[in-house]
Amino acid sequence: MEFSWDLVINAIVTGVVLGGFYASVAIGVTIAFGMLDIVNIAHPAFMIAGAYLAFWGSEKFGFNPFVSMAVFAPCGYLFGRAFYRAYHFFFERRGDESIQGLAFFFGILFIVEIGVVLIFGVDYRSISEPYLESTIGIGFVSVPWRMLVPFLVGLTMLGSINLYLSRTFTGRTILAVSQDVEALRLIGANPIHAKEVAFGIAVATAIIAGVLLIIIQPVEPSITREYIGRAFAICVLGGIASIPGTLVASLILGVAEALTTTFYGPSWSPAVSFGLLLLTLIFRPAGIFGR
Amino acid sequence: MSRQALSTPELRKPAPISGRSRSGLAIMLIGAALLAATMLLGSHIGEYYYLATYTILQFVVLGTAWNILGGYGGYVNFGTAGFFAIGCYTTIVLNKMFPMPLFFEMLIAAATAGVVGFGTGYLTLRLRGVFFSIATLALAIVLQTLIVNWSFVGGARGVYVIRPAISGFFVSYVQFLVVLMVGLAIFAVAVAWAVEKSWIGIGLAAIRDDEAAAETSGVPSLRLKLIATTMSGALMGMAGAPFPYYVTYVDPATAFSLAIAVNAIAMPLVGGTATWWGPVVGAILLGSAQQILTVTISSAANLFIVGVLLVVFVTVAPRGVVGIVRGWKRGRK
Repeated sequence: MEFSWDLVINAIVTGVVLGGFYASVAIGVTIAFGMLDIVNIAHPAFMIAGAYLAFWGSEKFGFNPFVSMAVFAPCGYLFGRAFYRAYHFFFERRGDESIQGLAFFFGILFIVEIGVVLIFGVDYRSISEPYLESTIGIGFVSVPWRMLVPFLVGLTMLGSINLYLSRTFTGRTILAVSQDVEALRLIGANPIHAKEVAFGIAVATAIIAGVLLIIIQPVEPSITREYIGRAFAICVLGGIASIPGTLVASLILGVAEALTTTFYGPSWSPAVSFGLLLLTLIFRPAGIFGR
Repeated sequence: MSRQALSTPELRKPAPISGRSRSGLAIMLIGAALLAATMLLGSHIGEYYYLATYTILQFVVLGTAWNILGGYGGYVNFGTAGFFAIGCYTTIVLNKMFPMPLFFEMLIAAATAGVVGFGTGYLTLRLRGVFFSIATLALAIVLQTLIVNWSFVGGARGVYVIRPAISGFFVSYVQFLVVLMVGLAIFAVAVAWAVEKSWIGIGLAAIRDDEAAAETSGVPSLRLKLIATTMSGALMGMAGAPFPYYVTYVDPATAFSLAIAVNAIAMPLVGGTATWWGPVVGAILLGSAQQILTVTISSAANLFIVGVLLVVFVTVAPRGVVGIVRGWKRGRK
């Protein structure tokens, strides 16, 4: 496409807004992979489950997206806790995390994706709300509400998780788990419990991210694969366990993708996250905010 | 220095010769029997059985290739579909530009996939193992993006491939492909067997069990991992090379199908990752089961069952069928 500064500025604004949504997807990976050392590649599958739950809720009970978040995120939290229990019992306890654990999450990813295909089919599904169709415009820059809502929810989510982790006792034990498990035991906190709670939170964020996804665009089951690359690229670029890093990296990826989409077409955008991931691994594996 | 340490024979117990040649002989005999059967049966059986056999053999190759790095070295490759697709599209490109016998196309496909494997490994294998796994997953997606945007090979629409005329001993092109696949499966299993019994396999096992300890005792871990990644990738590319002639129509969604990646992981893990025959057992069990399920129920349901089996095996029977059989034998003694 022809180069013009209007397009660049529009792309950057779109990218920043998109980045806020990406942050909501990646925060769960930052918690599970960065803090708990659980390579949860099934995270995007939980996200797609959230998107289809929102679709189902809206079709069946007429839930609006915010009601869906309020109803399904706590379910996701409880499911995540139970899921971590099972993971701990089968893999962490016997020290089999590496091959078997990875294959386990890969299997879960696959089961959820095929399960969604079996229940809902491979068609695109969407939900519509009148206020999501309108657009805010300032000068030549315009942002649709269906992008702005996920951006705001994503930022709120990151902020509240940051507050929770730094201000509450359980939150601090979660941060400590990623640093020194033995020291944590010495102060009388239970690392398994901390990890269980944290994994529950991670799954809950995935469900919320899924609801946000179906606000932004129609979804279909195989969309999970693009988001694996995105979520892990953001997590690694951000320094793996850092929440400010996750936000900054999300914005970088969002802007990079928006610029690519504007000037080269949307079919190239899945390659951006991989390029970013590879560049990070080559030049600075510790990420931007890594220690 | 480290290499000398590894290749000095007194460092490891030489495997009993009779046992070694026995497994080698077994691979050869089974392969020869399969070849003879395919040639003799000719047109006496329906084409469906050839197609089914081809699919199962293809998964023997893919599972075995995955296991060289994943099972022996403990590095999980999620990008099998990417390497497989490199093989497919190498054939398509060569077929369009310089038509040549399939055998040479397979060699070039192996070289291309091997180079990509080496490159990915070189960039990510110095880091923790999970980074390699994530990179392979993303690699498949980026390759798919490249192919979708490359109109020479059909882009997202896909491309038709015309089977060359067949002559000589074969009654049909499909029969020729099955014979070829039998050969490739024997080759792949023989490579895996040779790796397992050599210093490479022993080094990889040491890396899998404790990489830091292996490194300290002089195992050249990066070099071994790169050798394994290259070999594994090359075999996957080889398995993909005849695929365009098998299906005659290839699009990115088929070539990069997640089902390929899941099967390549599920088969060794269901069969057992520690030996060369684990993936073969897994591929035959899962491959036949899927053929039956696809015919009797549906293709989506059969993939669902593969996923469930993978999860069940890694949780309940992490040593696979081989481990179950061994435990059962030990129990009887």
